[in-house]
Amino acid sequence: MKEIRIHGRGGQGSVTAAELLAVAAFEDGKYSQAFPAFGVERRGAPIMAFTRINEQFIRLRSQIYEPDYVIVQDATLIETVDVASGAKPAGKILINTEFSPDTFDLDTEAEVITIDATRIALDIIGRPIVNTILLGAFAGATGEIKVKSIQNAVEQRFPGKVGEKNSQAVLEAYNRMGAGQ
Amino acid sequence: MSGKMTVVEGSYAIAHSVKVCRPNVISAYPITPQTHIVEDLSQFMADGEIPNCEYINVESEFSAISALIGASATGARTYSSTSSQGLELMHEVLFNASGMRLPIIMTVVNRAVSAPISIWNDHQDSISQRDTGWIQLYAENIQEMSDMTAQAFKIAEDKDVMLPAMVCMDGFILSHVFEPVVLLEQELTDEFLPPYDPEHVLDTRNPLSFGTFADPSAYTEFRYLQQKGMDVALGKIEKAADDFKKIFGRYYGGLIEPYMAEDADILLMAMGSVVGTIKDVIDKARSQGIKVGLIKVRTFRPFPMEAIHSAVSDAAIVVTLDKNISIGLNEGALFTEVKSCLYNSDINVPVMGFMLGHGGRDIPMSTIQMIIDKAAQAIKSGIKIESEYADLRGELL
Repeated sequence: MKEIRIHGRGGQGSVTAAELLAVAAFEDGKYSQAFPAFGVERRGAPIMAFTRINEQFIRLRSQIYEPDYVIVQDATLIETVDVASGAKPAGKILINTEFSPDTFDLDTEAEVITIDATRIALDIIGRPIVNTILLGAFAGATGEIKVKSIQNAVEQRFPGKVGEKNSQAVLEAYNRMGAGQ
Repeated sequence: MSGKMTVVEGSYAIAHSVKVCRPNVISAYPITPQTHIVEDLSQFMADGEIPNCEYINVESEFSAISALIGASATGARTYSSTSSQGLELMHEVLFNASGMRLPIIMTVVNRAVSAPISIWNDHQDSISQRDTGWIQLYAENIQEMSDMTAQAFKIAEDKDVMLPAMVCMDGFILSHVFEPVVLLEQELTDEFLPPYDPEHVLDTRNPLSFGTFADPSAYTEFRYLQQKGMDVALGKIEKAADDFKKIFGRYYGGLIEPYMAEDADILLMAMGSVVGTIKDVIDKARSQGIKVGLIKVRTFRPFPMEAIHSAVSDAAIVVTLDKNISIGLNEGALFTEVKSCLYNSDINVPVMGFMLGHGGRDIPMSTIQMIIDKAAQAIKSGIKIESEYADLRGELL
């Protein structure tokens, strides 16, 4: 089973990202589960969302404490939230930032990967919403999921032009990860 | 699993189940505490997807359930959904629904009650309605909850039962989860669930009185007959599960579902979504040679006494897990009921109770593992503490 923890702020679409990841994983022929850790629902508050991906139906209902992968939508969270908490040593932490991985002094053996998703979002979508883009980067950085499945999930969730642009941004983020390897 | 799976939110799956059960009246109060269930149903209504149905948007939960009492008495198939404080506000009216033998179906999305203010999951809300005369069913996952919703209509509307039923699902953990589920097919649901055909209805052409005056010469017999309805419901819950299996190919046990229970020394008992986590911990413990198993309790009212008798008779210890507390007794409801159901039997098995997951406190596998360790210790050296919190944070006290 692969466990993914998404850190974001209320309003950044972390719960939607977790959901889209579950939909895409299912399209890849796997079982999946996505759920939020709801706090007080307000914009800007730190929130977490979780996705599990497995070959069998997922029975486990606890939150994720030892994630294989962590996605950080907003690098300013790192000052207040221990985003690396419990991350598996062989795991990966994907951060949305313009800075390079060595900028971040995280207490973890997991590999830190960065992508300037906000820039991609502004260039392609025209708004600084990065949740779908980070899923493209996730697919590129981990190989856990087909980028086409992410794109399909995104296009299904956001029909029309919004979905098309998001899908394009997903592919761009995916390609950038591939180029870095 | 038969049928085509799709990834949807738990609340959506339940709304879909309600839709294909062809309700005639849905009534709900759309403000917190509420879920996407009634929002999705409202959308289905607006899209014309639920024929022959009226959606009544009311001003409180008290009104929601009151409206359904009137509707159900006229022979309508009725549905509502609520949580925590909303359910508590219904309390008085719940007795009327059951006393008038109206098979209203209500999803209870289990959430903690205030104060202190909490929006998160536990079972205090529905357990606090234990004696209102409603059937109470508890589901482990979205598929079971979807399927149980259709089963509930069939059980409640059986002419020998005629009782309202709460179908309970864990708030957030299940209501807000996205996971693959087979949404109930309309054709198969129609095959499974016949139209509601009550023997007695409110009808101006043939006037009858419902919920009328019963003086001391007759009141007791009404209560006695409600209990008879519950007794019959035990068999009907099993039958509904069997009938459902024949048509849909899915089955989760009838009154209870044993898991690795046959040769278990340590037998855990629980209701709701924590059951899934427990099953994973059991698999792990079994691989280390620890003989632990589980009894999932699917129906809390009627309480499946006989099924539990036969399920626990060979265990060395029974351990209940409760997301609720009776303050003043320091016990969760399942613990109290299991002890009570074993007392005058010839089964002599010790019972330990753990309360956990209150107010949404997460239940990681390590908490379940700790409970198993304590149970193993109690087999060796006897029970030191009968009932306690498994996840108390001493540093806050």
